Amino acid sequence: MTDIDAAIRQVLEVHGRLGAVVASLKNDDDLYQKGLSSHACVNVMLAIEDAFEIEIPEAFLTRATFRTIDSIRETVESLGLTNGLG
Amino acid sequence: MNSNDFRNQLLEAGVLVDAGSPGLYHRSADYESVVRALESYVREAGRDDNPQRLFFAPVINLETLMGSGYVGSFPNLIGTIDSFDGDMKKLGEFRERVDSGGEWFELMSHTDVALCSAACHSVYPMYKGATLPIEGLYFEVQANCFRHEPSMDPARLQSFRMHEFVYLGNPDGALEFRERWIAKGQQLLGDLGLVLDLVPANDPFFGRGAQIMAQGQLEKELKFEITATISSDTPGAISSGNYHEDHFGVTFSMSTHDGHVAHSACFAFGLDRITLALYYAHGFQLEEWPDEVRERLALGQSSHFIEPT
Repeated sequence: MTDIDAAIRQVLEVHGRLGAVVASLKNDDDLYQKGLSSHACVNVMLAIEDAFEIEIPEAFLTRATFRTIDSIRETVESLGLTNGLG
Repeated sequence: MNSNDFRNQLLEAGVLVDAGSPGLYHRSADYESVVRALESYVREAGRDDNPQRLFFAPVINLETLMGSGYVGSFPNLIGTIDSFDGDMKKLGEFRERVDSGGEWFELMSHTDVALCSAACHSVYPMYKGATLPIEGLYFEVQANCFRHEPSMDPARLQSFRMHEFVYLGNPDGALEFRERWIAKGQQLLGDLGLVLDLVPANDPFFGRGAQIMAQGQLEKELKFEITATISSDTPGAISSGNYHEDHFGVTFSMSTHDGHVAHSACFAFGLDRITLALYYAHGFQLEEWPDEVRERLALGQSSHFIEPT
């Protein structure tokens, strides 16, 4: 697991309201199917920005961006963060 | 007809009287008789569930507004209430500013009340921490609601009546309730000669995260609107059926009888929008509305509104 993945999982654990599920999540699991609500998703979005010290552009603030751990990582990486935490 | 023409005709016919702000009107006795007839008409349809019936004040506790989640999601639509709470010294300055046309607003203090956001928002705090009965709880509620969206389109009122049926209980019960009321709502409104459509919808969330919230509502089919022409040829929502999942159950720590987080659903009749839609469809003279519509609403048969002497 990369540092980025670990940080995303930590955000999901604190803000995702997913209960004990986070530890057993696969990187391509659909987080919405695992119980991520829209309200929790917005909190995850804000916490991801804090954790990586980035501001996700409006165009990426969609449900698709936060559907899986992989998609969150891809977004974070696409914003220029490729080597561990910001 | 466009909404401006319709507005002018409503004002000309005396159905509405301009109250000085966009989207704010005094209403005629005829208009009000339709609102009250609608209230009786939908109440009849809700009797099967034997709901607890409550009529809320136009002003709600600030904590209730906070608990609804409305403040964060729609800060642009809410209305909080300020009043003067200063000492005599501050009062002097306050009066001076009022008299001289100065900035007196900044000397006001926040109160612990706010304008009502939606009728059903007052239901959930009443059951904070409660374990619900196995059959769930049913409500019929009404409130004067406020939305800060000033507009010249009469379909977009700043102050309007919302009549809602609400269910608290388990997920299956909530979905069944909403489906049942969407069907019932379409039947009731269609019987009034309105041409309807049923569309998946999302609330107008505000700011960053708005798209995520809206897409979530649509993807999970949490909100459906019954639309009709209200003030122009472009249809708008006159009713909506909403499944809140566990949003209010989590916020107010409500549980089902078997220990799960409670789910909720509501079906809202927008009494003012339906009234306007009826005027739009049937004209400005109630006597000229189709007989079957007048009969269904019992217009002219009994007095829903007693005019002051």
